[in-house]
Amino acid sequence: MSPIDTIRFNETPEGVDLGLRVAGPVPRALAFVVDLVVRGALYLVLIPLTAFAGVGLGLMLLGFFLLEWFYPVLFEVLKGATPGKFAMGLSVVHDDGTPVGWSASMIRNLLRAVDFLPILYGVGLVSCLVDRDFRRLGDLAAGTLVVHRERARGAAAIPDVPSRPLPPGLDLQTQQAILAFAERGPRLSAARRIELAEILTAEEGRRGAAAVDRVAGWASWLARGQG
Amino acid sequence: MKQGHFESANQAEWQEYRALLAYLDSAGKGKAGGGSADRTAASLDRFPRLFRRISSHYALARRRGYSPGLIAELHDLVRGGYAHLYRRRPRPLAAVLAFMARDFPGALRRHASLFWLASALFFLPMVAMGLLAYADGEILYSLMDEDQVAGLEAMYDPDNRKPGRARERQADTDFAMFGFYVFNNVGIGFRNFAGGLVFGLGSAFVLLFNGLHIGAAAGHLSRLDYGETFWPFVSGHGPFELTAIAISGAAGLLLGKALVAPGNRPRLSALRYNAADAVLLVGGAGLMLLFAAVIEAFWSSGPAPASVKYGVGAAGWILVVLYLALAGRGDPSKGS
Repeated sequence: MSPIDTIRFNETPEGVDLGLRVAGPVPRALAFVVDLVVRGALYLVLIPLTAFAGVGLGLMLLGFFLLEWFYPVLFEVLKGATPGKFAMGLSVVHDDGTPVGWSASMIRNLLRAVDFLPILYGVGLVSCLVDRDFRRLGDLAAGTLVVHRERARGAAAIPDVPSRPLPPGLDLQTQQAILAFAERGPRLSAARRIELAEILTAEEGRRGAAAVDRVAGWASWLARGQG
Repeated sequence: MKQGHFESANQAEWQEYRALLAYLDSAGKGKAGGGSADRTAASLDRFPRLFRRISSHYALARRRGYSPGLIAELHDLVRGGYAHLYRRRPRPLAAVLAFMARDFPGALRRHASLFWLASALFFLPMVAMGLLAYADGEILYSLMDEDQVAGLEAMYDPDNRKPGRARERQADTDFAMFGFYVFNNVGIGFRNFAGGLVFGLGSAFVLLFNGLHIGAAAGHLSRLDYGETFWPFVSGHGPFELTAIAISGAAGLLLGKALVAPGNRPRLSALRYNAADAVLLVGGAGLMLLFAAVIEAFWSSGPAPASVKYGVGAAGWILVVLYLALAGRGDPSKGS
């Protein structure tokens, strides 16, 4: 991966690399705003409790306490993300990619008090921008990452067209580009498809829809062979 | 092997694995049910083996340069299974008891020197300030303004129906006060811990500040002869609350120590290493503060005679010392 990508790889015990797409400050800030609204609504729900003389005020204060300190912990551990993070497609994981547990979640959320200093996550933002994986201080201490959840992908299929032999001497990268073109082509506009295919068929001098067909034939050759 | 052959040769395993993954995903949310779920649960034994198979398929697909779509698909399959196979098991509620009986006191004893340091930062200024405020009526005003002093005096006025509660809180119920103590005191404990990340300075400040304030209040009230309401009130919850504040400070100092004196680790990994123990300390301190809040709300301002309250306070100190010094010792399962 090129250095500007924010994908972080970690190797599983099975010896394969799993990619985690770490989330930067902007989606996290938006998630915070959504959480702020959700929490604000919960506070408003709690306030009428004071109407119940006796236990009401106590319950409200206990609710405030839980909301202040344990709202993120409970959601992160039980659901993987707070409602705000969920809305932004984020989730909190250990830095090895496993779902976050009680201990790490407690650390990162109790230390939020420091990241929030001096105002509105000043410290956390600086830490986020300095660290390669966008971790605030609480994440650094807890060993956690905020990552983008994998979106469900539609199954990519290579169109079944008669295969054409590849021109000789294409390296692996080019072959992968041909395969990627065949898989993702249907999602592009016709003009864009032609434009991309013409780059690949430039040496043969094919233009227009013929270029697209030719590249599809090559992809079919790569994926299925002659048959 | 061409991609097409690879796909058709392994499609059956991928299908089975996908079904198991969907089952595991929904099992966590309690949506699983019906006969198919039973059958799937029975074949869960095959999940780790399948996971390793899919992992090697993913590695092969990358090595052989199969299409990016297939590689991404296999990557997602591996990632979904990885999260299930290597998940940290959440501890059931019963484990809280084991935590308080073993892990928390053990962690505290591992970091006894920091606990003594935090206690010194907390209790020494408290005692010194207490003696000073008892001897000199003016010194309190270097810490508090007149309104705060007046509020403090009003709380422990012997004429109060409920000692230890501000005038406007006299009418509140014990349960309301419980909520208030939890909100306030446990919050102080947590902030005390978090402040430690600033090279330990935040925790040291919270300890000093609270030590000075508590000492000044105690000295001042004793001087005013309000001691007969103040001391019985605080004796019950004091052992737990004061010790817990010192412990949460020690947890903060443990974080600070990782940054100031990381030993033979890089600072970042020292921080992560120490944070694992620090969260045990702050969790235990939080539960102690919760316990203290129960006592403070339902016992401390109650009508029991002063001698009984002093007795409960003394028993509390003995209990705290015995608990922290002895609980969880000699446990064979204790690592590190």
